Amino acid sequence: MSTQYTVLGTRPIRHDGADKVTGRALYGADIHLAGLLHGFVLRSPHAHARIVRIDTSKAEALPGVKAVVTAADLPEAGDRIVDLGEGETPLSYIRGNVLAAGKVLYQGHAVAGVAAVSAHVAEEAAGLIEVDYEVLPCVLTAPDAMKEGAPILHEDLVTKELGEKTGQVSNVADHFRFSLGDLKAGFDQADVIVERTFDTATVHQGYIEPHTCTVLWNNDGRVQVWCSTQGAFVVRDTTACILDLPVSRVKVTPMEIGGGFGGKIPVYLEPTAALLSKKSGRPVKLTMSRRDVFEASGPTPGSHITVKIGATRDGKFVAGEASLAYEAGAYPGAMVGPGAMCILAAYDIPNVTVDGYDVVVNKPSTAAYRAPGATNAAFATETVVDEIAEKLGIDPLELRLKNAAVEGTRRADGVKFRRIGCVEVIEAMKNSEHYKTPLEGPNRGRGVAIGYWFNAGLPSSCTISVSADGGVNLVEGSTDIGGTRTSIAMQAAEVLGIPVEKVQPTVADTDSVGFTGVTGGSRTTFATGMAAHDAAQDVMRQLKERAALLWEVDASAVEAQHGVFRSNGHSITFQELAEKLDATGGPVIGRAAVNPKGVGGSFSGVIVDVEVDPETGKTTILRFTSIQDAGKAIHPAYVEGQMQGGSAQGIGWALNEEYYMSAAGTMMNSSLLDYRMPTSLDLPMIETIIVEVPNPGHPFGVRGVGEANIVPPPGAIANAIYHAAGVRMERLPMNPPAVMEAIWQKSSSQPS
Amino acid sequence: MHKRVQVNTTINGEPAEFLCEPRQSLLECLRDIVGLTGTKEGCNDGNCGACTVILDGRIVTSCLVLGVEAEGAEITTIEGIARGNKLHPLQQSFLENAALQCGICTPGFIIAAKALFDENPHPNEHEVRAWLANNLCRCTGYDKIVRAIMQAADMNVEEVKA
Repeated sequence: MSTQYTVLGTRPIRHDGADKVTGRALYGADIHLAGLLHGFVLRSPHAHARIVRIDTSKAEALPGVKAVVTAADLPEAGDRIVDLGEGETPLSYIRGNVLAAGKVLYQGHAVAGVAAVSAHVAEEAAGLIEVDYEVLPCVLTAPDAMKEGAPILHEDLVTKELGEKTGQVSNVADHFRFSLGDLKAGFDQADVIVERTFDTATVHQGYIEPHTCTVLWNNDGRVQVWCSTQGAFVVRDTTACILDLPVSRVKVTPMEIGGGFGGKIPVYLEPTAALLSKKSGRPVKLTMSRRDVFEASGPTPGSHITVKIGATRDGKFVAGEASLAYEAGAYPGAMVGPGAMCILAAYDIPNVTVDGYDVVVNKPSTAAYRAPGATNAAFATETVVDEIAEKLGIDPLELRLKNAAVEGTRRADGVKFRRIGCVEVIEAMKNSEHYKTPLEGPNRGRGVAIGYWFNAGLPSSCTISVSADGGVNLVEGSTDIGGTRTSIAMQAAEVLGIPVEKVQPTVADTDSVGFTGVTGGSRTTFATGMAAHDAAQDVMRQLKERAALLWEVDASAVEAQHGVFRSNGHSITFQELAEKLDATGGPVIGRAAVNPKGVGGSFSGVIVDVEVDPETGKTTILRFTSIQDAGKAIHPAYVEGQMQGGSAQGIGWALNEEYYMSAAGTMMNSSLLDYRMPTSLDLPMIETIIVEVPNPGHPFGVRGVGEANIVPPPGAIANAIYHAAGVRMERLPMNPPAVMEAIWQKSSSQPS
Repeated sequence: MHKRVQVNTTINGEPAEFLCEPRQSLLECLRDIVGLTGTKEGCNDGNCGACTVILDGRIVTSCLVLGVEAEGAEITTIEGIARGNKLHPLQQSFLENAALQCGICTPGFIIAAKALFDENPHPNEHEVRAWLANNLCRCTGYDKIVRAIMQAADMNVEEVKA
């Protein structure tokens, strides 16, 4: 396909760029309202405890304190089940995570909120709230939580086993299974079988901006929220649900957002701030400290995964079996479903069984993190695939090519792939300058891995109004985390035949734009871009009618290209026609609302060279290439940016990052010093190769590029460490102590 | 409530006085009292660099400086980098190189890079990476940030140091 585009594929400067390099852009915490109060949330010091008594009287008596709230101030959730975009969930869980009722389930669990004239006074007051706890035993990992006799988090959590309620209370919320073919017959055909079990630590998305919101419960009963969120409508719906208000009474204005990666989808602070505002009659700002972000927002699950793959002598995979137990944290809903869907999805294997377990533990309730669930899973699978390649003496990319999923391949979860770019990604890896360049030197190794993420659709809305000067104003509802105002505006500009600089995009509040799902699932350039495309087409349809009116021809006889309308020898530019709108019937506004079904999954690959210091176990990244199928790269610089960012997060996940927990369930490293994310000094330049296999489900072929790039790095780095140091790593992070331990175990000379 | 103290400073070339409590950080003073919200809070313990400002010629994380310590000091924040309507070469280069995604760390990076140029107008890649090691970015993997700073360093030295 060689469609010629004017705007798509270029690299214009983003529309919000000047605001963001001058400090003018207003992020979550940058709003200041008259009479603003500052809040503080008192949090549990215990990982698991019964709340015996809360006495807020001393806090309320402190001068400067205007309101104190606890769970008792929230409306009862009863047994309501709600779907707020993340599947059906008991409202009591969502409410319980906002303010603990009865029990605290993790260190950092919110217990009470205070609003005062300053943040310092609020913090002081929180220290005066008396809470008596009856401390309970805690459980911190999925394997421990699944054991008979483990401490139970929820006395009402009945295990669902293969779709059926069992009647048994345990920490396993759900056990599900995907199967395809005949597993036993498959393994019987195998000449080589590799099976390994892996453990990965809880990690955090690590966005630099803490969660923050400002809420005003107005005297007319309207609740206004300004916050940092990936989805203003999710905040609106969740806040309304928890406060038992009609959604139309809540208005959410999404401020600029300082990173999210999935972690800014759930609602943590808004209902508490709303109650504090209601009690005090003034707007209230609540902001998490960095420690709160680690201990009380939603990291991504730690996991316990077994993968077993069987292959014939000539390298054909004949059977695959996987078991994934993911730590949901305090409430059910670990991203184990997506993990199970992705774990063997890159390969065409006829006989597959995948078991998933959603397990609650005494850690923060987990949230999505960039291709949620898939990175843990690919670490396991890609390590096993590398070992099979080694055992069979086949090049690891050749082995992947031989088994790559293609159009028509059926996944174990039942989905049959449409046009996908798995083969093209592996070919691009093989043909890359990086892969063709030999790696030399002692203690060095190269690893490869691939990864899959299915991407999301969800509803999006967009309106485009035409100005008399030939510019257009585009209103959409997707929080812009990485340049999507521009990637969306570019798609409208392409349809309208005007420069992207003449499209002025605005991210609107929930009163001003139609329902739009979260900025997540790599969906924004895909789905909101599609809404912009369709809205632009709606504009063009109306403009053709106006031109037809001017020329007294039928609208179907008017054609448009590159911003010029033509019919029967007549011609008029977009700008000239825009000047004549009032004279031809009034303003032109295009609109579209979509809920696209043609989501195109994205494959990605990594080639990485490392050096492992045999004395310290420290792994240094020497060279790193990220390869990804974008479908169509609307703004290639932003696509590269997504690939580089996902790679850096994947490197951090692989080598350093983890929640380091004490036996009592407290996080020992809840600062950005001790939770060690990659710095500029830890990374090389990150090379990128964009592959474009158009998604037939999008008018320009877009797949979405936000997530798949984080999936392969840990597996690729594990394989590189193996080829450098001779050890197969079975846990994340592969930090110096872990690598050293593996080296010592291998040489059986572990010092006493 | 604690008694407030008057602090006299120069911010972005203009005299600026503010009243603050002795326990308030310079970051709080800049954001909540002076109203310069371009300086960002990421961690409030000196580890992320989002609140980086230049204080008497040195870069500091303003969350670790008390407002009262700024008495008599000259402070440069992200709001003081552009010259009128013209962006500083670093700002322009960040835009041209797509060196920001969410943008929350960007003010800190631009301020830190400006301070680097004041000491070393032509840094190599390693010098840039070492200088920026106290500024965390979670979106970009640093690649495009480092490139943007290297490109800005190739621009007119006087303009860069301005």
